[in-house]
Amino acid sequence: MTTEQAATDAPVTHDTYALGRRDRVFGLIQRHGATAVLVLLLAVGSLSFSRFPTTENLGDIAITSSFPAMVALGMTFVIITGGIDLSVGSVFALGGVLAAYAVRWGTAAGLLVPLAVCGAIGLVQGLLIARVRLAPFIVTLAGLLGARGLLLSISHEGATTYLIPHGSLLARLGQGRLFGLGQPVYLTLALFVIGAVLLQRTGFGQAVYAIGGAEDAAALMGVRVARTKIIVYVLSGTLAGLSGALNAARLSSGVTILGTGMELDVIAAVVIGGTLLTGGAGSVSGTIAGVLLLGVIQNLINQIGDLSSSYQQVVSGAFLAVVVVVQTYLSRARRL
Amino acid sequence: MNETAVALPRPTGGRILAWLQNYGVYAAIAALVVVNIAITPHFLTVENLRTQLVQVAPVVIVSLGMALVIGTEGVDLSVGSVMALATALLPLYLGYGAGPAILVALLGGVAVGLVNGSLVAFVNVQPIVATLCLFVGGRGLALVLAGGRLKDVHDVTLLNLGSSSVAGVPLPVVVAGALTLVVTGVVRRTTFGRQLVAIGGNRTASVLSGLPVRRVLLLVYVLSGVLAAVAGVLATARLQASDPSSLGLLMELSAITAVVVGGTPLTGGRVRVLGTVAGALLIQLVRATLIKHNLPDSVAQMVQAVIILAAVYAARGGSGR
Repeated sequence: MTTEQAATDAPVTHDTYALGRRDRVFGLIQRHGATAVLVLLLAVGSLSFSRFPTTENLGDIAITSSFPAMVALGMTFVIITGGIDLSVGSVFALGGVLAAYAVRWGTAAGLLVPLAVCGAIGLVQGLLIARVRLAPFIVTLAGLLGARGLLLSISHEGATTYLIPHGSLLARLGQGRLFGLGQPVYLTLALFVIGAVLLQRTGFGQAVYAIGGAEDAAALMGVRVARTKIIVYVLSGTLAGLSGALNAARLSSGVTILGTGMELDVIAAVVIGGTLLTGGAGSVSGTIAGVLLLGVIQNLINQIGDLSSSYQQVVSGAFLAVVVVVQTYLSRARRL
Repeated sequence: MNETAVALPRPTGGRILAWLQNYGVYAAIAALVVVNIAITPHFLTVENLRTQLVQVAPVVIVSLGMALVIGTEGVDLSVGSVMALATALLPLYLGYGAGPAILVALLGGVAVGLVNGSLVAFVNVQPIVATLCLFVGGRGLALVLAGGRLKDVHDVTLLNLGSSSVAGVPLPVVVAGALTLVVTGVVRRTTFGRQLVAIGGNRTASVLSGLPVRRVLLLVYVLSGVLAAVAGVLATARLQASDPSSLGLLMELSAITAVVVGGTPLTGGRVRVLGTVAGALLIQLVRATLIKHNLPDSVAQMVQAVIILAAVYAARGGSGR
């Protein structure tokens, strides 16, 4: 058997023939554990708090989760290639400020300027990572600082907060509701469907998985490693910018202090969703479960009125630790 | 074919890059100092040098731990949260006196290090994820402990840590200097230091050759936690207040920057302690220079980003990858 055959056969045997029942169960837990816990939490929340299962409250969770969810979608692609994008928090804030700044030239500018600038930041990062071969961690760390610096220089060192006029098309885009849910929720869902198709059903998606699994092998098999990586970082930057712009539209202003530490929350959500930071494995559906899980935890803690919101961080951190430990054991057990 | 290409003697460009990788930080600091003496008024005053050194001391202390962790091919994202935890623990135990309170704060750092180290060493979780847990949870815990409030610190012994001087040198700077010497000694002269570097170079090989890999990893993360806690105590003493919501924010990034700019590769297997200190000093000098000349913070951040990339590019070129 040639190496090429072995390589193409490997994913098939991995999923279908060679696995026993135990392995399949472990695989299911790894892929859908977050969804299961999410369902469980929703049930517990509904039984414990009368104010929790109302449409208003659930709609609230959906809209607040939709912004990190967009960012997490791009992050999922990046992490599956074995990379990481630390710049998303700054880019998210930058997108918001740019949208509020550019809306003076019309709604189209208010959306396109942040998308273009944030996409360009992603492009530069992707080029540095894929062509110059610098470590993603460092490049995007520099991106974090650079984007924050750009934000500060646009907003006169954070002193100016640009406003998005009430009733403008952009503001309505962020604040409007459709069937009781905020419009950004539908956009997020649409983006996730596109993302899932892109990842599971296209050559690009296969290339993303292949690079994360074994970059050298992927390159030898003719996968366009550099191009795929660049696209992935452009995607992440653009989505972060879009999310920031819509969030600014919802808040009617480009708040300059948003997004600090957001990158790590988003990474946590992606990891909770079953995507391995080592690359090569993960899913878009898991990511949405991970984001919603963190959103529900935050909401439940707010329901318990006398607990301060700091508990949310403690619970999220502890939860992340449990997920990581379980995942590590599961993937090790499957490999044995 | 690749092997022969690597084995050939380097062209002059390669040698310059290698030199830059090893001594670039020191050269950059020297150049900046010369420039500052020329263009910045009052740069060479004792007062200014004291301010710069006091400001950089906590970053240096945290970076020392970070350098050890990065030497094992790891990373510790939780250092900022550890500083917050230390500052939150201090006022709770100040009733027993400054000594016990500081001890408890340092024990907090040990506890965080034990959790991080266990996850990395025994569960084999990737360091970035393992320490991400306490990055998220640690600051939350600190805020819960502090009741989410800023507390003023009045204990004289503790405040002296931040304000007193030994022979004209501020105490935080003395502590940072002493810890630098200790960590340099540990890396260069002890078995532990050699084992740490070996694990970073090749963990599998280290396991196979019988090194106590798990014990060393655990100890490295504990050291990083304790050093971050020390920085937290000193910063609290200088601020004269315990503010867990803002102390140590983005410290993990500053520390990683200092380590990387100092020439320690993120891929592990090498620790440059003095380079790390120089890296922290360089970033501090750049910021101070820009601020002194009324360039805004935004420019300072973008310049910092460029410096990081340049440092990593030089390191990559020098190692021939």
